Amino acid sequence: MRQLCKGNVAIVKAAITAGCRSYYGYPITPASEIAEYAALLIPQVGGTFLQAESEVAAINMVYGASSAGQRVMTGSSGPGLSLMQEGISYLAGAELPAVVVDVVRGGPGLGNIAPEQSDYFAVVKGGGHGNYRNIVLAPASVQDMYELTILAFELADKYRNPAVILTDGFVGQMMEPLEIEEREVKQPEKPWAVKGTAETRKNLITSIQLSADQLELHVRHLEAKYKECEKNEARYETYMADDAEILLVGYGIVSRVLRSTVDIARQHGMKLGLFRPISLWPYPSKALADTAKKCSKVMVVELSTGQMLEDVKLALNGTKPVDFYSRVGGNVPSAEEVHAEIFARMEALV
Amino acid sequence: MSEYQVAQQKSPVFYDRYFRKDELQHQTHYCPGCGHGVAHKLIGEALAELGLQDRAIIVSPVGCSVFAYYYFDTGNVQAAHGRAPAVATALRRSNPESIVVSYQGDGDLAAIGTAEIIHAANRGENITVIFINNSIYGMTGGQMAPTTLIGQTSTTSPWGRRANNEGFPIHMAELLSALEAPVYIERVSLGDNKNILKARKAVRKALELQKQGAGFSMVEILSPCPTILKMDPVVARKFVNETLTKQFPLGVFRDRKPEITVVNPPQRSVAEVLGIKKETATAEEKAARKAFTHDVTMKIAGFGGQGVLLMGQLIAEMGMREHMEVSWLPSYGPEMRSGSAHCHVTLSHERIGSPLITKPQVLVAMNEISLRKFAPQMAQGGLILYNRDKVPEDFTLEGARVVCVPASEIADQIGSAKVANVVMLGALLEETECLPVETAWGVIKSFVKNEKLLAFNKEALEAGRKYVDEKVLVGACCQPDGCGY
Repeated sequence: MRQLCKGNVAIVKAAITAGCRSYYGYPITPASEIAEYAALLIPQVGGTFLQAESEVAAINMVYGASSAGQRVMTGSSGPGLSLMQEGISYLAGAELPAVVVDVVRGGPGLGNIAPEQSDYFAVVKGGGHGNYRNIVLAPASVQDMYELTILAFELADKYRNPAVILTDGFVGQMMEPLEIEEREVKQPEKPWAVKGTAETRKNLITSIQLSADQLELHVRHLEAKYKECEKNEARYETYMADDAEILLVGYGIVSRVLRSTVDIARQHGMKLGLFRPISLWPYPSKALADTAKKCSKVMVVELSTGQMLEDVKLALNGTKPVDFYSRVGGNVPSAEEVHAEIFARMEALV
Repeated sequence: MSEYQVAQQKSPVFYDRYFRKDELQHQTHYCPGCGHGVAHKLIGEALAELGLQDRAIIVSPVGCSVFAYYYFDTGNVQAAHGRAPAVATALRRSNPESIVVSYQGDGDLAAIGTAEIIHAANRGENITVIFINNSIYGMTGGQMAPTTLIGQTSTTSPWGRRANNEGFPIHMAELLSALEAPVYIERVSLGDNKNILKARKAVRKALELQKQGAGFSMVEILSPCPTILKMDPVVARKFVNETLTKQFPLGVFRDRKPEITVVNPPQRSVAEVLGIKKETATAEEKAARKAFTHDVTMKIAGFGGQGVLLMGQLIAEMGMREHMEVSWLPSYGPEMRSGSAHCHVTLSHERIGSPLITKPQVLVAMNEISLRKFAPQMAQGGLILYNRDKVPEDFTLEGARVVCVPASEIADQIGSAKVANVVMLGALLEETECLPVETAWGVIKSFVKNEKLLAFNKEALEAGRKYVDEKVLVGACCQPDGCGY
C-alpha cells in the first residue's frame, strides 16, 4: 500500500520494519522528527527509545545496545554528528553494527537549518580518528529513505560496521507516497554479543589493541573487510546517460533536481545525462568511469564547495574534464538554474 | 620452602590465567599497593556470592581500569573515556536480566564523563557504578584529577591544586545524592582492612539492589595509587585514610527507594504502528482514475497559522489516493515560528524529478506578501488564487491570471477562520479540476476528527467551489494580457 509519508518518518518506519527496537538520540533540526517518531512508535512495538543528554551519550548508548546484540539506530544533523564522531570511531574499531542518520544542515559551526551536502567529508571520509570507513547511503526520495535504511541495517550487520544514511533537510522534510508492506526480517545471529548470559560470558567488545603488532593485525583485518565491501556494495543509478554528451553527477536531493535538468535540457536539444551515486562509500567509481566514457564532459553539482567532487575526479582519474557547480548556505538550485548555468558555460566556450 | 595452606581461593569470577606480555608474566597490570586489585576482588566476590557471574557485564572505560577485562570472567565491554554509564545504560536496557557494572576512575567519571554519570543516575538506570577515587590520573601519568586535593601537586598542577585556578575537589557521592532517582550511594575507603570490609559490604549491597531491579547504585571507593603519588604502599593507604577521607567523608549518602509511577505505552502490532492497510484498488481501477486527474505544480504560501502547509498536504494526499505521483516540500525552519510559510506540491502521472518548484503553474497566495513574492515566478499561463476580493491597486502581472477568492472572509462567515485554507482548496479544485472534489472530502474526513470542525470544513469546501463557480468571471484579473478574463 501507499501512504503519504515524510522522509524522516520513513526512516523510523524502515527501522521498525528492519527489526530495530532500540533508538537513542538527541533532538536537532532538521532531524527531530526521527527522534519524535522513534519515541512514539518504537515503544509501541516493545522497543526502547531514550532521549540522551547529548549526542555524545546517544552514540555511546548505541555502542552499548549494539554490544548487546540489538539492531540500533540514532539520528542527528551536522553539529550533532560532529559530537558523535568519537563514538562512531569506537563502533568501527570494536566492529559494532549500527545505523546513524545525518540529516545534513548548513555549516560550519551553527550554520543554519537549511539543506546542505557539506557533511560529505565528515561522513564519507571518516571524521573520527583512526583507519576506518563508514558505509554511506544517500537517499533521494521518501521511498529511498525507507529502502536504504533497511539496507543500512543489513549492511551494518553484514560487515559489522556503522552505516550512515546521509541525507539532507529537503529529503528529510518532504512528503511523498511510501510503498510499504510488512516484511519478514532476517536478523543474523550475533554470537559475539555481550548479553549477560552464560553463552556470551566469554565475549569481549573492545577497540583497544595494546601492542603495535596486535593493532596492525586488527587494522589489516578491517582493511580487508572494507575492500570486500568496496567490491560488493557500490550502488548507483543513471538517467539518460547512454547518449549523454554532458554527464551530470549529483546525489540526494541534487540528483532529483538534475533529473529535471536533464528533461529540460533534452527539450532544448541538449543531450544531458545523470549519474547518481546511491552509495557514497563505497563510491561507485568504476561505474562512473564506465558511464562517463562516451561523454565529452562531466559536471558535478553539489550543495557544498566541492566535497564529492574529489571522489568524481579520483574515479575519472583525468580521463574527462570535470566541471563543478554548487550552491551552499541552504540554497538549492532549481532545475532551470542548473540548465541555465550549463548553457551559459557552453556559450562562453563558443 | 615450607608448606602453606590456602585459606581463601581467588574469586571464581576471576579468570584462572590472565595474559601479560613477555617479562611481565607474574604480575598484574596494577602496581604494587594499587587499590584496583582490591576493588576488583570485592566485585568478584560479590558477583560470585550473589550467583551473578553469568549475568554480569563489566564496562571498563579509559584509565587503569581499562584492564578490568583481563581479569573478570564475565561479559566485558570496553567504553570510550567517560562514556561507560551511557554504554551501561543501553546494555542493561537491551537485556534487562543482565547485571551491569560501570567501573570508572575519577578522571573518567568526574571530569570527562560528568554528563553521562549525572544523567544515568538521574534516570535511575539499573546499573551499579564502582567509582575509584584516588585523587589523581594514573594511566596517563599523574595529571590533576577533579578530585585532586587543594595544594596537592600533579604534573598539571605543579604548584599544587589552586582553588583560584582549578577550583575545588568535586564530591560525586554528595552531588549525585541530590538527585531523586538513585537508590544507594555510599563512599568507602580501601585505607585499611576494617574499611575494606565495609567496602566489601557496600559493593555487595549495590549489586544486590541491582539484582532486585531497584535502580541506580554507586559505591565511591577511595583508593591508593602509590606509584603516581610517589608513596610506598603503606604510606599511600595512610594517605587515603587520613587525608583523602578528610576531604571526602565516608558514609552512606543515599539509601532509599524513590516513588516511581510506572507508565507503559500501549502495545500494537508492527502493521498497526506502521499504518499498513490492505491495498484494495486493482491496476485497472487505478488506471481508470487517470482521466479524473491531471499534472500540476503548485506553491501554496501565506502566514504561519493560515494552514498553508496543511492545505498542501491535503492536496498531496488526494493526489496519492488518486494513484498519482506526488511530492510535498515545506519551507521549514525559524520562519515556521512566525511570519510566512509556504510549500511546494507536485501532482504527476510520471516519476517526479525535482520536488522544488521554481515556476509554479498554480500559486495560492493567502496574503499580500506571498502574492508579491511569488507572482513573478509564475509559469506562463499560470493561475494565482489570491485570498482577497481584489488585487492591490499597484499590482501588475503578465503571463498569468489572478483569481481573487476572499477565503478568509468566507471562512469567518462560516464561523471558523481556521477553514480559510479549505475554502481556497474548494476554489482551487473548481478552477483547475486537477483532482475530483469527492476525493478532497474523503481526505478531509480522515484528517479532521472533530465533528463541528468537520461540518465547517464541509461548508468551506463547498463555499470555495461555489464562489469560483458563481462570482469569479470578470474583473478578477489585474490586467488584460490574453490569459485572463
